[in-house]
Amino acid sequence: MRRSTHLALGTIAALCTGGVAVPATAAWEPVRPVEFIVPAGTGGGADQMARTIQGIVTKHSLMKQPLVVINKSGGAGGEGFLDVKGSGGNPHKIIITLSNLFTTPLATGIPFSWKDLTPVAMLALDEFVLWVNADKPYKTAKEYIDAVKAAPAGSIKMGGTGSKQEDQIITVAVEKAVGTKFTYIPYKGGGEVAVQLVGNHVDSTVNNPIEAVAQWRGGKLRPLCVFDAKPMAYDEPIADGKAWKDVPTCKSAGLDMEYLMLRGIFMAPRATKDQVEYYVELFKKIRATPEWQDFMKSGAFNTTFLTGAEYAKWVEAEDKRHQALMKEAGFLAPSN
Amino acid sequence: MEELVNLFHGFAVALQPYNIMLMVIGIVLGVIIGVLPGLGGANGVAILLPLTFSMSPTSAIIMLSCIYWGALFGGAITSILFNIPGEPWSVATTFDGYPMAQQGKAGEALTAAFTSSFVGALFAVVMITLVAPLVASFALQFGPAEKFAVYFLAFCSFVGLSKEPPFKTIAAMMIGFALAAVGLDSITGQLRLTFGVTHLLNGFDFLIAVIGLFGIGEILLTMEEGLAFRGGKAKINLRVVLQTWKELPKYWMTSLRSCFIGCWMGITPAGATPASFMSYGIAKRMAKNGKNFGKGEIEGVVAPETAAHAAGTAALLPMLSLGVPGSPTAAVLLGGLLIWGLQPGPMLFVEQKEFVWGLIASMYLGNIVGLLVVLTCVPIFAAILRVPFSIIAPLILVLCAIGAYSVHSSTFDVMLMLVFGVIGYLLKKCNYPLAPLVLAIVLGDKAEEAFRQSLLGSQGSFGIFLSNPLVSTIMILGLIALFWSVIQEGYTRLRATVAGPGSRAA
Amino acid sequence: MTTGSSSNTGPTHKLVEAGVTLLIALFGVIVIAGSLKAGINWGPEGPRAGFFPFYIGLFIIASSGINLWNGLREDNDGLFAEWGQLRQVLSVVIPTGIYVGSMPFIGLYVASTIFIAWFMRWLGKYNWITVLAVALGMPLVTYLIFERWFMVPLPKGPVEEWLDL
Repeated sequence: MRRSTHLALGTIAALCTGGVAVPATAAWEPVRPVEFIVPAGTGGGADQMARTIQGIVTKHSLMKQPLVVINKSGGAGGEGFLDVKGSGGNPHKIIITLSNLFTTPLATGIPFSWKDLTPVAMLALDEFVLWVNADKPYKTAKEYIDAVKAAPAGSIKMGGTGSKQEDQIITVAVEKAVGTKFTYIPYKGGGEVAVQLVGNHVDSTVNNPIEAVAQWRGGKLRPLCVFDAKPMAYDEPIADGKAWKDVPTCKSAGLDMEYLMLRGIFMAPRATKDQVEYYVELFKKIRATPEWQDFMKSGAFNTTFLTGAEYAKWVEAEDKRHQALMKEAGFLAPSN
Repeated sequence: MEELVNLFHGFAVALQPYNIMLMVIGIVLGVIIGVLPGLGGANGVAILLPLTFSMSPTSAIIMLSCIYWGALFGGAITSILFNIPGEPWSVATTFDGYPMAQQGKAGEALTAAFTSSFVGALFAVVMITLVAPLVASFALQFGPAEKFAVYFLAFCSFVGLSKEPPFKTIAAMMIGFALAAVGLDSITGQLRLTFGVTHLLNGFDFLIAVIGLFGIGEILLTMEEGLAFRGGKAKINLRVVLQTWKELPKYWMTSLRSCFIGCWMGITPAGATPASFMSYGIAKRMAKNGKNFGKGEIEGVVAPETAAHAAGTAALLPMLSLGVPGSPTAAVLLGGLLIWGLQPGPMLFVEQKEFVWGLIASMYLGNIVGLLVVLTCVPIFAAILRVPFSIIAPLILVLCAIGAYSVHSSTFDVMLMLVFGVIGYLLKKCNYPLAPLVLAIVLGDKAEEAFRQSLLGSQGSFGIFLSNPLVSTIMILGLIALFWSVIQEGYTRLRATVAGPGSRAA
Repeated sequence: MTTGSSSNTGPTHKLVEAGVTLLIALFGVIVIAGSLKAGINWGPEGPRAGFFPFYIGLFIIASSGINLWNGLREDNDGLFAEWGQLRQVLSVVIPTGIYVGSMPFIGLYVASTIFIAWFMRWLGKYNWITVLAVALGMPLVTYLIFERWFMVPLPKGPVEEWLDL
């Protein structure tokens, strides 16, 4: 493509200008605006995070070149991944990922794997919480599960974002743990799912904290348990004197399922070590800002930060796990 | 009334000179965004969001909401002058706005569009001020079945309107549905109709289709007739504004009806696009000059513009009180709220009074400032039509290409746009109506999604579409709208036969 | 439309319309083929991905059949357009096609400059000064508004690379 043909030139130009401005040992820096690809629509979790990062970079002047957020959501994000995959050697393009990094190629057969990209850093992990409407009598995950077991299979509706993606993977795992069937209804966005639960159009959801926290504060929704090994870290009270910390793990309620969603950064293929290093340093600076910490708190994120080989190892393990989960659930594309 | 006290406090905040300055800047930026295809309101808001970090949240949201207003106003300009709707809800504005411009009445059409936008938005803001909590709970009633019913109603009130042969209308609409289906099927998460072509992953975006079918197609038609733009004789002074204003009160009924349709559709998550189409369709049926709709009736501009902007404004309410954005633009505004640590949701009205009422006050003021700004520019916009065709045409083509490119940053889309242009030219020459095609592209996949979500929830039973008073009422309204044209047709035919052949000429 | 004076010739309306109708029917066939691949039956969770498109495809073919029949039956031997008019139309379509096709390689700015200049010079017969002013001015303004202000990156080619924009 167009990009790849002139990349070499761009890199040389970058090195030259870098070399003129600062001593020869100086690291790589972007020489043109950096495109920040979001493989999801505007307003979603990844988009919000990308735009927060864009805002922080601008406010604290962390980059000399602008950071431009571009949404490429077509084909469950496949459009964005293929774009970055096809931009080999272009250091001015980074992508933020969600679980569709693993699920999209498996479910749609789009020719792409995370191995096509250059891992940069894991920014955070997004938690998943089991929610019910606050008007419903279920106070604990166990009470809800008992009710689900008692109801005829398929009569309980689980709402979630997208089809054959993280929400439905969790739903299938819960089904297996409980030994019954939900009716899974896919919606376009997490906020919409939370409101459908408030309006009682579905019976439960596995929304991310940030998508449903406002409804929890408003007394409309109730969190039952979190799909993580340990409770969330945030102890500031949110509603009825309860904090994220007080939400028990699903495992403790007899639902043996852990699921965290990657919010990580990748670069186009064939990025040099210097270039990766530049972005790692950039994100370290971003993580240190108060705005980022507020954002983490508002979404009750798990703030694990990984880079380099550790990050790649984590992604690889997660990819294997998704393959197994998707295969078990029967979500693989027919051609795979 | 505690609300009113809060509102006046909000006015005090919004009326600070600094905030008024931000309003004007916001409006002007918004109009630019609205005029240039490819820069949607969402685009501008998103890109300016980071720049507003240095302001207080209230000032920032004032400026951002004014960009939103400006973009809403600006969207009508290209629809009327060049038949290029930049946003889905401006499509219906082209039906009568563009013919008016061709007849040299661009100034009148623009004034009518701007004034109607203002009226619609104002009506919705008043509604937000007075009945906000009530409305929020109404929005919660809307599950997939109710949403499908609304789309059904939108289609029903619009089909059967065109003068073209019915089977051509059906063919055009079906082509639209088929194009809307391309890409990822959101219910099964499976790709369909892409035939392994990665460029088709996104499906066919509305903007690319409409820029091609309407904009490029129109330029090709003009080329065929010779190198001239009609409408060059448009009046370019400010008196045209006053003259049009004298005429507008005649259409108060259409205006009021469109306000209600718009508010209702804005609160339901269906949004501004079905509102504008529905309002146009109903106005055409109700109006005395209904037969002339599509040939340059000013009422045909008033109806969709009023409804679209009432809806666009009313949609901000569910966003604030429920956290569900009604449009991509609203979605980015929502993201902005979160960045400033404001959590939209039931508690926003309780915890962030100053912010919410500042925003509502800025809606009033921003709307007024916006109207003043755009009305003074009417002569400038109308004068664009005097630029010779061989200068303006390549510029429009370049702008169309930029618009098509920036939807997905893909040059493939630009080629697609040209293909759509040629198709638009051929279809129009062969008497196929383009409006149903575009309506189907815009709403087709949403309607299908809602339909299938409903059936998932009901485990395959169609009873869900009549399961409660709300959904059955909307469905029945839809059926009435669908058969209205048949009934009306039958009635007029009957009357024509009774009155004898002489009356047909009328 | 065309005031069919006998000296002017061109394709008949009937012929073009039949062609367009057949193209639409072909599109319907493609839609059906794609739907069959996606699965057209009614699964346990309601209609499958290809269910709706399949019937839409059938509708397209059926209505095209009716349109074809109506069109051929119609007693209309008017012209679709005169050859001269079609030449006018093609004089925009072909250069726009070249413009659009060259964009991925030479970038939007260079392509636009050449395209505007061509259009104004050959179709508008403007003098070179006006032509150059508009042809260079427009891309410049575009650059400032889109890339600088709104930070929308547009396609670039070797010239921009060389200028290091």
